[in-house]
Amino acid sequence: MPVVLENLGKRFGDGAPVLDDVNATIGKGEFVALLGASGCGKSTLLNIMAGLEVPTSGALEVPSDGAAFMFQDAALFPWLTARENIELALKLRGVGKADRRTKANELLDLVHLAGAGDKRPHELSGGMRQRVSLARSLAQDRQLLLMDEPFAALDAITRDLLHDELERIWKETGRTIVFVTHNVREAVRLGQRVLLLSSRPGRVVQEWNVTEEHRTDAGLAGQLTGVITARLREEIRRHAK
Amino acid sequence: MPSNPSPVAETPEVSETPVSTGSLGEHEETRKVHAALTRSSTGSADLRELESGLDSLQSDTVRKARVDWSRILLPVAAVVVLIIIWQAYVSLGLKRRDLVPGPLDVAQQFGALWADGSLQEAVWTSLQRGLVGFLISVAIATPIGLLLAQVAPLRRAFGPLISGLQVLPSVAWVPAAIIWFGLTDSTVYFVVFMGAIPSIINGLISGVDQIPPQYRSVGTVLGASRLQMAVQIVLPAALPGYLSGLKQGWAFSWRSLMAAEIIAVGGTIGFGLGSMLNQGRDLADMTIVMSAILLILAVGILIELLVFAPIEKRLLQRRGLLSGSTR
Repeated sequence: MPVVLENLGKRFGDGAPVLDDVNATIGKGEFVALLGASGCGKSTLLNIMAGLEVPTSGALEVPSDGAAFMFQDAALFPWLTARENIELALKLRGVGKADRRTKANELLDLVHLAGAGDKRPHELSGGMRQRVSLARSLAQDRQLLLMDEPFAALDAITRDLLHDELERIWKETGRTIVFVTHNVREAVRLGQRVLLLSSRPGRVVQEWNVTEEHRTDAGLAGQLTGVITARLREEIRRHAK
Repeated sequence: MPSNPSPVAETPEVSETPVSTGSLGEHEETRKVHAALTRSSTGSADLRELESGLDSLQSDTVRKARVDWSRILLPVAAVVVLIIIWQAYVSLGLKRRDLVPGPLDVAQQFGALWADGSLQEAVWTSLQRGLVGFLISVAIATPIGLLLAQVAPLRRAFGPLISGLQVLPSVAWVPAAIIWFGLTDSTVYFVVFMGAIPSIINGLISGVDQIPPQYRSVGTVLGASRLQMAVQIVLPAALPGYLSGLKQGWAFSWRSLMAAEIIAVGGTIGFGLGSMLNQGRDLADMTIVMSAILLILAVGILIELLVFAPIEKRLLQRRGLLSGSTR
């Protein structure tokens, strides 16, 4: 199991716990959608898995070489071209100078951006930037890929396409993906498994399996979306005063 | 490739659902939801085509930059207008001509100074010193600035001192420098350093402070070491702030240099623009004073136009930060 979370808890200072007793296991090559309303600590959970923050209690097991991470905004470096951004990731990973160029071009081609390598981030559209960002996180060559609402800021058309794109790349590369989102449809569209996180404190309250039938049968997918939405709203209602 | 083997049975249209309803407002819509929940493209080739279409729709066409003559003509016109006003004022004859010389008198003096070579000597001496002093300051200030910006305890300890040094006019160092180094070039350079170094350090620190925190997170996630983080990420990210620090550092170098040259005259100190200014005062010749002032100003403007402006423009353009500015 690449990722095991056991009784994981996190609080900032003396405040109320953000995460409390989170338990989950994520298998190799699995695509897990982590769903929750705003403020449920899903980003915090992801940061803990990425090693950007430390948990205050509990234990976690992640691959020893760390995880690749994709942020909500592309977070590309504006002083580098698309290709150089990817090359930097390769460089920091210790890839030799000669291989970097070839590898970066391959990755650009993988995200269908072979022609845009010399463009700078500000010359790219939001969707293209996210694809470069995806290529950069793939350049890290980690088995585990953590994604923090990577498509939340994109328009609907672009996002639908990137869903297809991400699914394709996941299948081609066999990564383990943990995908954080607050969008139920997105979770059902992408995840093999959807974990619902409660809010304040965050805890895994329920999980659903999404089968291949859900992907091809829109009616079935809609039904599941309805069920998950209802459960999510129940969680939100608990916080009504 | 095993991707997307099954074409979508339903209409492969993109769903019309709103972009960011998130978890709210979808209860009634669950029946209507269709394609977006399943695959919206029908295969890898199709996806590639769709994406490239969308990419070209969403990318701006590149606009060719053309030479904008107003950029050159307007400043020139402004100078001409000022000179006309100056000449008109002098022509009124309100002040004695030797106290307020006109543009023509100054131009004449310019010619005379040029002919005996002292103008070229003064400009060359000062410019050389200013540039050398500035470059050494950059070499000293950059590592110090990076270190202060990256190491919190050092910053807390020395930050206020450095800011203080920036406020302290570097002329205040001239007497000390003369006592320590005598009337030599070392005095001049010392004063230049004390003016330029703190302001370059401050520029770099504030540049580093303005880096979006996300860049560091990306660096951490990508596995950058402390040194790699500083050189590969922090320094380039802070470049715009660093550059304005450098500009200010140059201004401080140049000003400090003039102050030093005016006060410290003689010894092995050569003949610079400040010395020329001082000479004009000693001779009570206002045309020399005006010539020196104009030369000092002109060198400052030229360095800005020929060195800093192109670098800055290129830097900002590459990062997409120029559109909408009035420059």
